[in-house]
Amino acid sequence: MTDPLVIFDLLLALAIVALAVAALSVRDLFAMIVLFVIFGLLSALAWVRLSAPDVALAEAAIGTGVTGALLLKTLHHLRFVSGTLGQQAALGVTPVTPVPVGVTLANAAFCGLITLGLAVAFLGAPAAGPGFDALVAEAMPLSGVDHPVTGVLLNFRAYDTLMEVVVLLAAVIAVWQIERGLSDAPAPAMGEVWQGFGRLALPAIVVVGTYLLWVGAEAPGGAFQGGAVLAAVGLLLLLTRAYVPQPGHRGIARGAFVLGTAAFALVALLVAGGGRVAFEYPLEHAKTLILLIEGLVTISIAVTLAALFHGREPVALTKGGRDDA
Amino acid sequence: MLELFAAALIALGTAFFIAGTVGLLRFPDIYCRLHALTKADGLGLALIALGVALLAGSAGEVFRIALVWFFVAVASATCGHLIARYARQSAGVGDD
Repeated sequence: MTDPLVIFDLLLALAIVALAVAALSVRDLFAMIVLFVIFGLLSALAWVRLSAPDVALAEAAIGTGVTGALLLKTLHHLRFVSGTLGQQAALGVTPVTPVPVGVTLANAAFCGLITLGLAVAFLGAPAAGPGFDALVAEAMPLSGVDHPVTGVLLNFRAYDTLMEVVVLLAAVIAVWQIERGLSDAPAPAMGEVWQGFGRLALPAIVVVGTYLLWVGAEAPGGAFQGGAVLAAVGLLLLLTRAYVPQPGHRGIARGAFVLGTAAFALVALLVAGGGRVAFEYPLEHAKTLILLIEGLVTISIAVTLAALFHGREPVALTKGGRDDA
Repeated sequence: MLELFAAALIALGTAFFIAGTVGLLRFPDIYCRLHALTKADGLGLALIALGVALLAGSAGEVFRIALVWFFVAVASATCGHLIARYARQSAGVGDD
């Protein structure tokens, strides 16, 4: 008698592959985004089945929630630029200029190489080895936190996490540089029911995001998951037009973007200055330092993701018919 | 006994989800589909949440399940409204 969950797992795996194929082959951009979001949700479920709730939370919040919102916003912008905004039939936008075959081939080759590299890494890894479980469990008392994933991310492999925060910072810098010349698509008016929903959901999201950050020390959760959920606050504020970005707010936004990276790097430098290796936190302050870094990184992640959703740096002069009245 | 009752509630909830999905696939236009989906899924979600809450180990878990039910219900109702509103506006009906 096999475990009945094996059947569920097989169906889940099949559904994920089928959704990936469907998302790539469908010609309607909106359907493509919807399929991608469902693909992300099922991937999160797969991570739960693999006993990785931290990854599942990150996949659901960042890979599905925030990315889905970014893709929909991009579609809205594309339809504004192509002049098909507000036409129901024009949801499927075919590219105005066809993608050159060379670009397609280069993309395919690149993705193929990555897949090949992953396959080699997977086949080369010891099949049923002990992994790092024992090592991590042994070192946990030195980490300052109780949850192994947080211990690995913020202490043992803190350098990797710092680089992830830097990547996010680089992304928002690039967006603010590139989108300077583009005109904004007007935000859709969404009505009173949506406004009411925003008022109801906003405080709840703040609580959930902060809870995810706080609980990360002892259970699944942490800066990236909490930050992504808190970014939803920014999205709600932007979509309900309760907050309209002003040029004067750029300084605060820039400060929030670099806050996490700066605090992270500063702690590493100060620790290193005390005659230790960078990120070798003194044990008695480890929990405080980790919480400080996580808290500030969460603020940065939330503000950065919300800014990426807004897209463009708020500028003072109207360059392309922007009406922010 | 309690587990059996919970399983029955979850099965009934699943049946409502399936009914809603059949409605989504079979009904002719967007309003009929929304009608089928929002009603049936709302009831299905409530039944499943109730069933899972019966199996929950602690009061904290029951509270969290209740919160999940509340916010998913409110969010899906709002989504249904937004989709219908968008459909009306792009079809040129209504002027709000």
